[in-house]
Amino acid sequence: MDSALFGKLTVSAIPFDNAIVMWTVGVALTMGAVILGLVTYYGKWSYLWKEWLTSVDHKRIGVMYVILALVMLLRGFADAIMMRAQQAVAEGPSQGYLPPYHYDQIFSAHGTIMIIFVAMPFFIGLMNIAVPLQIGARDVAFPFMNAISLWLTVISAALVMVSLGVGDFSHAGWTGYPPLSESQYSPGPGVDYWIWSLQLGGIGTLMTGINFFVTIVKMRAPGMTYMKMPVFTWAIFVTTALIMMAFPVLTVTLGLLTLDRYLGMHFFTNNLGGNLMMFPNLFWIWGHPEVYIVILPAFGMFSEVVATFSQKRLFGYHSMIYASIAIGVLSFAVWLHHFFTMGAGADVNAFFGIATMIIAVPTGVKIFNWLFTMYRGRVQFTTPVLWTLAFIVTFTIGGMTGVLMSVPAADFVLHNSEFLVAHFHNMLIPGALFGYFAGYAYWFPKAFGFRLDEKWGKRAFWAWAIGFLVAFMPLYALGFMGMPRRLSHYDNPAWQPYLEVAAAGAAIIFVGIVCQVMQLIVSIKNRAALRDVTGDPWNGHTLEWAVASPPPFYNFAEIPVVHDLDAFTDMKEKGIAYQRPAKYRDIHMPRNTPAGFIIGMFAFSFGFAMIWYIWWLALASAFGMLITLIVRSLNDNVDYYVPAAEVERIENEHHRQMADAGATGVNAEPAPYFAHQV
Amino acid sequence: MTAEVLTYPAAHADHGHDATATQTFGFWLYIMTDCVLFASIFATFAVLSHNYAGGPTGKELFNLRYVFGETMFLLFSSVTYGFAVLAMNRDARNQVMGWLIVTFFLGLGFIGMEVNEFTRMILEGNGPDRSGFLSAFFTLVGTHGTHVSFGLIWMAVMIFQVAGKGLTTPVRSRLMRLSMFWHFLDIVWIGVFTIVYLLGAM
Repeated sequence: MDSALFGKLTVSAIPFDNAIVMWTVGVALTMGAVILGLVTYYGKWSYLWKEWLTSVDHKRIGVMYVILALVMLLRGFADAIMMRAQQAVAEGPSQGYLPPYHYDQIFSAHGTIMIIFVAMPFFIGLMNIAVPLQIGARDVAFPFMNAISLWLTVISAALVMVSLGVGDFSHAGWTGYPPLSESQYSPGPGVDYWIWSLQLGGIGTLMTGINFFVTIVKMRAPGMTYMKMPVFTWAIFVTTALIMMAFPVLTVTLGLLTLDRYLGMHFFTNNLGGNLMMFPNLFWIWGHPEVYIVILPAFGMFSEVVATFSQKRLFGYHSMIYASIAIGVLSFAVWLHHFFTMGAGADVNAFFGIATMIIAVPTGVKIFNWLFTMYRGRVQFTTPVLWTLAFIVTFTIGGMTGVLMSVPAADFVLHNSEFLVAHFHNMLIPGALFGYFAGYAYWFPKAFGFRLDEKWGKRAFWAWAIGFLVAFMPLYALGFMGMPRRLSHYDNPAWQPYLEVAAAGAAIIFVGIVCQVMQLIVSIKNRAALRDVTGDPWNGHTLEWAVASPPPFYNFAEIPVVHDLDAFTDMKEKGIAYQRPAKYRDIHMPRNTPAGFIIGMFAFSFGFAMIWYIWWLALASAFGMLITLIVRSLNDNVDYYVPAAEVERIENEHHRQMADAGATGVNAEPAPYFAHQV
Repeated sequence: MTAEVLTYPAAHADHGHDATATQTFGFWLYIMTDCVLFASIFATFAVLSHNYAGGPTGKELFNLRYVFGETMFLLFSSVTYGFAVLAMNRDARNQVMGWLIVTFFLGLGFIGMEVNEFTRMILEGNGPDRSGFLSAFFTLVGTHGTHVSFGLIWMAVMIFQVAGKGLTTPVRSRLMRLSMFWHFLDIVWIGVFTIVYLLGAM
């Protein structure tokens, strides 16, 4: 019986008997305590609160998104390596070390985390940092809403983490298909954790989509027409349109499953008029565009990286844009290829199969554009370029396996096999993650004022690239050998060697992650030597490189006027880069506010209360969110003016440091580095 | 804020955030996403609309006369909101408040009738857990009703803001957005009335 005070929550929800989980929780809690202890020890609480948690600055919000993504990447990878280890040993008489129910939770958590809490916050973080700067804006359209988006994403990830120690997570896969995800077969809180973390995070993402679409439409610098927009901004433009069209469908899908589970309705049940195949249809109407939502931004990052480090203008800018739009449109016409086996009939399957194949065309256009950009360019083999090269090669392989599976007849054989697992990892690891890693190295100096260490970056790259191939190529073979996905145990000794190789691949990827942690530590230690004084460490093409690194909080002392696609290159060639205005002016900026953080905290307690059926707390939290919004709307004093004198002081400081470093600002080569404080 | 804008026209001109036009455009986009949300639920309803599972059909359940009355409350509330906006454009603060109050009570009448209809059906054993059709019915109509309820809360807040702050730039911007929201819900209701009630009762 549920109690009024605690709902379904009891002490037995904590899995004291599961040593693996308790160790993980123990380590996570210890790490959390250490971080909180360090903040207290250095007396940084006030700084943390005033400068970060209440910030509405898009650059700070972007950094927090990326931190969340990196932390969750560690969690998602821990899940991955546990699965690989289990499958490497669990053949025949050996049951491995993970019981099936625990294994099922791990693959469900792995998928959910990697898509929703790694890929999404990673690119949203990078776009937060780069897009307003690229379009010459001081801000996003709705800075306060941006903070709400961030905190909804953070607390959703927190709910997934809490599920580790309190209750359990969904065992129904990251797609959560009914009837398994219905309360009849999954009565525990696991599926509810999955539902509410996706639901709340999804609402945050939807708000980000609206926010950046409006920002790009309304806040571009004078002269920047749509066809003079940087290619990354274009990628984000298409992505945000996809977010706005796709995420409401996710909201509905999860909402209907919620009604089935909480109020006994019959949307997806087997009996009383439910239709369970409606769930995969709705889910993938969101889910397939979602694939492009995470991949298109990476395409944009690759485009920036290739053009910058080839020291050339991007080849085929216009075709790049039209390809992005074509991919965005087609992404809504292919959802059924996720379940050709539903039995929709040959005609329907043929339509979706052909639509799927057609997507390869605009993607191929992009591949050729990147190659032609590098052709006869002076390619600098920096870490971002290495990620791009590995992406071009491996993504093409993954794309071909995708075209293979888009043939419905072939898909009937390969459906739900390890071939599919190999295929989508082959798309998402090079296609999304490698792009984010390239973008991370590319914009890191912009966000922090110093570059990342190249030596450790290259080590990380090689480990990741080789580890990826070793881990996932065997899965293609296993798919052909008939191995289904999601097995915690199998009886076919022929599969085992391949799974052992795949586990070795995961171990190599682990080395890559260790190298990335080392890279961060080494770079912070050597930050004086790696300092980016000019703000333009790569001889960049676009406006984000026209300002200091890190940029002043107002971004641009004077909004630049754009005359060319590569606006900053154009300025450098005309010798008008870094030109200072005759007179500085006051700048209008939004004030920081705790309201976004507070709404996030209420959303957390709301989600937790709904998961555990603690109705009074859910009501109180919903009420808290509403009141916070109303109180915030009563306050019209949400902006302020930065006085011209203050702007002048900050700009003078930047120019003095550039002069000290000997940077002329015209066609600046990667500049010498001096100690530099902003 | 109005005063500040007047003092610093140049500083504001090159900076788009929170300007009324930007807010309106953003809200338009939100309404479009809400359109997608309703479209998904309409599609779900279409799939399940004949899955009675031995339970009652729309023909047995719906009282078109009653729903027509309910519809009139909502449609007239849109008209009265229009009058509130016209009054706002004339800077007639008291008239704005008057029309908002009228609109509020018309909206409240709509919600009251809907709650009454739902209660009656549930008490007769025809709740949302009875069949796939009824799940879809309650969810579609209920989602619209939830939107209207949030609109009412928003309207109550705006009545107090008009009273307390007057017709300042932010208040006008909010009234315009609420206006868009309110008319949008009207349009959605036309769809609900046609597809759920008319087609269901025919």
